[in-house]
Amino acid sequence: MLNEIQKQILAVVSGMAEGAQGAVNIRADGKKAYRSNTPNVRIESKTDKEGIDIFVEPHTVADHVYIPVVITEEGFHDVVYNDFYIGEGAKVTINAGCGIHNCSGCDSEHDGIHTFHIGKNAQVTYSEVHYGDGEGEGKRILNPQTILYLDEGAKVTLETTQIRGVDDTKRYTKAVLSGPNAEFIVQEKLLTHDNQVAESEMDIILDGENCRTRVISRSVAQDQSTQIFYPRVVGNCACFGHVQCDSIIMGKAKVRSIPEISCNHVDAGLVHEAAIGKIAGDQILKLQTLGLSYEEAEAKILEGFLR
Amino acid sequence: MLEIQNLRFTVDGGKDILRDVSLTIPDKRFIVITGPNGGGKTTLARSIMGINQPTGGKILWNGTDITNMDVSERAKLGISYGFQQPPRFKGMRVRDLLDIAAGEALGHDKACAYLTQVGLCAKDYVDRDVDASLSGGEVKRIEIATVLARRSELMIFDEPEAGIDLWSFARLTETFRSIHDKKEATIIIISHQERIIRLADEIILLANGQVSDRGDADVIYPKLMGLTMAGCNMLEVDRKC
Repeated sequence: MLNEIQKQILAVVSGMAEGAQGAVNIRADGKKAYRSNTPNVRIESKTDKEGIDIFVEPHTVADHVYIPVVITEEGFHDVVYNDFYIGEGAKVTINAGCGIHNCSGCDSEHDGIHTFHIGKNAQVTYSEVHYGDGEGEGKRILNPQTILYLDEGAKVTLETTQIRGVDDTKRYTKAVLSGPNAEFIVQEKLLTHDNQVAESEMDIILDGENCRTRVISRSVAQDQSTQIFYPRVVGNCACFGHVQCDSIIMGKAKVRSIPEISCNHVDAGLVHEAAIGKIAGDQILKLQTLGLSYEEAEAKILEGFLR
Repeated sequence: MLEIQNLRFTVDGGKDILRDVSLTIPDKRFIVITGPNGGGKTTLARSIMGINQPTGGKILWNGTDITNMDVSERAKLGISYGFQQPPRFKGMRVRDLLDIAAGEALGHDKACAYLTQVGLCAKDYVDRDVDASLSGGEVKRIEIATVLARRSELMIFDEPEAGIDLWSFARLTETFRSIHDKKEATIIIISHQERIIRLADEIILLANGQVSDRGDADVIYPKLMGLTMAGCNMLEVDRKC
């Protein structure tokens, strides 16, 4: 049974609309709070460590999996291992939000280690929302790891969103596209403020013929916050990769963006772009000519940038 | 009514961009400001919108002194401005800009109507981001559509024809004509295009930061050529530069 604060956080991070259908596993303060399966999606608790195994049957059509995590216990440190086994030709959307409410002076932390084994021609959209609130001086810390292995023709879209409230985050993503014609798309959105620190490190290995990847990272660093990005793509065959990191920097924030592309094959086409800059003055002026105040214009620009 | 009294704009270093410009523009008039490059046209338009702060003189809009008001305040009083080189926005869609301009969620049909007025096929554009994926001409037409969506009393356009193809330009001139025919707004356009100049009630010739002439298109247009080329040795004197 969830308390009111847990329910509020769940509403922010779970991605579950009213009447949502699909398999569900809610984890609250390190314990299973709710679970339901569908005919094509089976969720089982691990027996050797904390976490769950999620099995999606081959050729599943448009199913949904929700595995939100909520932490409200003061000073709680949660480490969980979730392994996904996506069958051949399955099509599935997975929402894995995590929210921390911390009103204490002790740090609360959730480290989610997610490993995906994606079958031939399967299509997965994996959406992760991170959120923190509470007035305590203890930090809200999230350190997710996402490891993906893509078979032939598999397609994964990874959407990660962290907007406000998380004090420290160190994200690591690794994707190995071993099968031919696999595709991996990353859409990362991040907003930090006050003294928050966020680090995102990524290794994408393109081993399968004609596989593709596209990384689109958008971030806003406000106040005295710090962000560091290390997206690395390795092309070992005829393949295509594009990394685009855009950051808006405000106040006394600091942003480092260090994309790296490595071509180990003559037909590997890899591109990276990285840009860090403040909001352009003419963008603000344009929106002011449309009747917005300076503050409203700034908010609209950030809203669009992180959409 | 727009009243500009003894407006001056001097940049650091002492160069005068506007020198004592005074103008009165009655409501619902269609005015074209033209003249040679560097004559002060854009500075005057941006000063009316509040983007440039003049170093002397006054601007009154409907009797209110707006000289020290910021851009947002002037926009709320019914002044709008189409930029010569509009900015692009990563993540902001065409429909978002139109909604902000209109001050409401326009809905598909109304948003499309504004885009059609600037020669854009709405279904291809309304959900696109106003970013580097659009050409200069496309961004320019979207810019003009946002000014139309403001439905403001005073619309200022800075070289709306720049970068726009001939077919879209023809559609655009019809839009300006229609606004004027219906007496929907006072229109000030900075332009060098004869087709726009011919639509105007009055032409204002701005050169060297001053109003050097004003009147009907038939009278002013021939003077423009002389002013632009006057004194050029290569063209008029000894063919030496």
